[in-house]
Amino acid sequence: MSDKPIDNLAAKNPQDNMQANHSKNVGSLVKDDVDADKRQFLVMATAGLGVVGAAAVALPFVGSMLPSERAKAAGAPVEVDVSKISPGAMITAEWRGKPVWVINRTPEMIAELAKPEHLQKLSDPLCNVESQQPSYCKNANRSIDDKNLAVIVGICTHLGCSPSAKMAMKGDMGENWTGGFFCPCHGSKFDLAGRVLKGSPAPINLVIPPYKYLDDNTLVIGEDVTDSKKAAA
Amino acid sequence: MANLDLSKKATALLGWVDDRFPLTSNIKTHLTEYYAPKNFNFWYYFGALALLVLVMQILTGIFLTMNYKPDADLAFASVEYIMRDVTGGWLIRYMHSTGASMFFVVIYLHMFRGVIYGSYRTPRELIWLFGVGIFLVLMGEAFFGYLLPWGQMSYWGAQVIVNLFSSIPFIGPDVSEWLRGDYLISDATLNRFFAFHVIALPLVLLGLVVSHLIALHEVGSNNPDGVEIKKNKDPVTHVPLDGIPFHPYYTVKDLVGVSVFLIVFSAIIFFAPEMGGYFLEANNFVPADSLKTPAHIAPVWYFTPYYSILRAVPPILNSQFPGVAAMGLSVMVFALLPWLDKGKVKSIRYRGALYKKWLAAFIVSFLILGYLGTVPSTVWGQFGSWLSGADRATVIARIFTVVYFSFFIFMPLYTKRDKTKAVPERVVY
Repeated sequence: MSDKPIDNLAAKNPQDNMQANHSKNVGSLVKDDVDADKRQFLVMATAGLGVVGAAAVALPFVGSMLPSERAKAAGAPVEVDVSKISPGAMITAEWRGKPVWVINRTPEMIAELAKPEHLQKLSDPLCNVESQQPSYCKNANRSIDDKNLAVIVGICTHLGCSPSAKMAMKGDMGENWTGGFFCPCHGSKFDLAGRVLKGSPAPINLVIPPYKYLDDNTLVIGEDVTDSKKAAA
Repeated sequence: MANLDLSKKATALLGWVDDRFPLTSNIKTHLTEYYAPKNFNFWYYFGALALLVLVMQILTGIFLTMNYKPDADLAFASVEYIMRDVTGGWLIRYMHSTGASMFFVVIYLHMFRGVIYGSYRTPRELIWLFGVGIFLVLMGEAFFGYLLPWGQMSYWGAQVIVNLFSSIPFIGPDVSEWLRGDYLISDATLNRFFAFHVIALPLVLLGLVVSHLIALHEVGSNNPDGVEIKKNKDPVTHVPLDGIPFHPYYTVKDLVGVSVFLIVFSAIIFFAPEMGGYFLEANNFVPADSLKTPAHIAPVWYFTPYYSILRAVPPILNSQFPGVAAMGLSVMVFALLPWLDKGKVKSIRYRGALYKKWLAAFIVSFLILGYLGTVPSTVWGQFGSWLSGADRATVIARIFTVVYFSFFIFMPLYTKRDKTKAVPERVVY
């Protein structure tokens, strides 16, 4: 610091001078006596710490919007009685708040699924996108042991609507329709194994949930076959 | 105030206030000495009308919250309670739901005015950007508000829009889970959407509207000729020669517009509040069911052009993100207009045929995409095997999606090549 302000303060009539020179003093302080680097550093350090503090305070607020412990706890496996589903019909079960279709496909429906001209229409006929089904359902009918009973999460892989069942051939779906599901939201089409047809906005096949048979008539959705095998062993 | 003018004390209360708050000077700046071009026409009603609808939405919204319950178990019934048991509740709710649609009617017309008269051009870029911000917040308000009645369309509309975020590569699924606060649309989602709808976004909206108007009053209004009236001022008074005070001239003019608007508005409320399913959709009178999507689902009419674009873009590389990105872009692209338009003139009055053809193509594609968004993609049947049986409507939506974006992409070229006419020195009226 220079001596200048001290000179001013030490003037003969200090009270008068302080009033009169107030603005001058401030001016001279800014002009001559500021350590610009130090001020810059202090401003940056204060602002930087302020940002860190604000971010730290923001975290619990952002966190409060994540699924709560109660939401996480919901979602236990569900049991479904499949004995009363007549051939060609389906029921909708609820698992983790989502619709899960259980479809009793007829032999004609199964035959349609394997036709080469049908497979040509599919984006992923061999179910190569691993995330969409448990390994034990990566087969022609996308079901445990290739059974006719299909279990499919009825949520479109495009934007999460639940497709409508269009099980009958042709009809309002056009001449080439061989039965399946049509998403009312954006027009995605799926076959009776939940595989997506080419040209749909949905990119990949519908999800097959983990499931297993408790006995011939009872399914458990939400638990893997492998889990029970491990348990048995 | 340093130099307190004693003579002002004679004007009693107003003088007392003016010494402490710039009341008179603000009234002058924004009303009695805000000079607007004297050649405003029909298209200039919609800014004032948007302000009117904003006030109506806030007022009716306040009274709706007095009886509405943001709880998944109670929400649907509380809306029906408002409709049936609350005195005047039906009127307040229909004002709010009709107000939402009419908000978009006046905002779209207001935006169209900006486009045809080049109101986004220098020096009004920031007015336009604040306006685009208002448009985006308004879309957010409409979306969050639509979940609140907890009907089937509320539920599945929210499901789709929140899932738009899950298509973002890598972080998407976590983002949409964070937005929902659950693994599916649930009570947690309803509760937070209520918070966004009634407090968070309205505050942002008001801030943007004030900024929009401050920016407007800083640079002055454009007009149907695209002539800067500040270039020709009275040498003595410095008042623009082509300007007239906003008050009383345009306040009175706007009152006429307000009267006509309110007649239309009342007619809708009293005779067609659902507007044949376009303002309030039939499926929203069914309580939300997380297991069943309604057989025909479509967004409310004001979202349908963008929705059509979303539906039209096919997935690329096993990802639906391109469609989502295209939809986002189709809204955001309006913000770029001030920099895409290289035309020598602002107003369509002095543009050449080339620009007018492009604009016409854009309007047609906007309307056709808007229509297609209200109907299923199977509406026009399928093409034959020569196009592997593709839905006709989807193919047509794709073509018009390309036209929609071409309007913006090629704008720097065709506005530059456009053969414009000479712009007059003063406004024409």
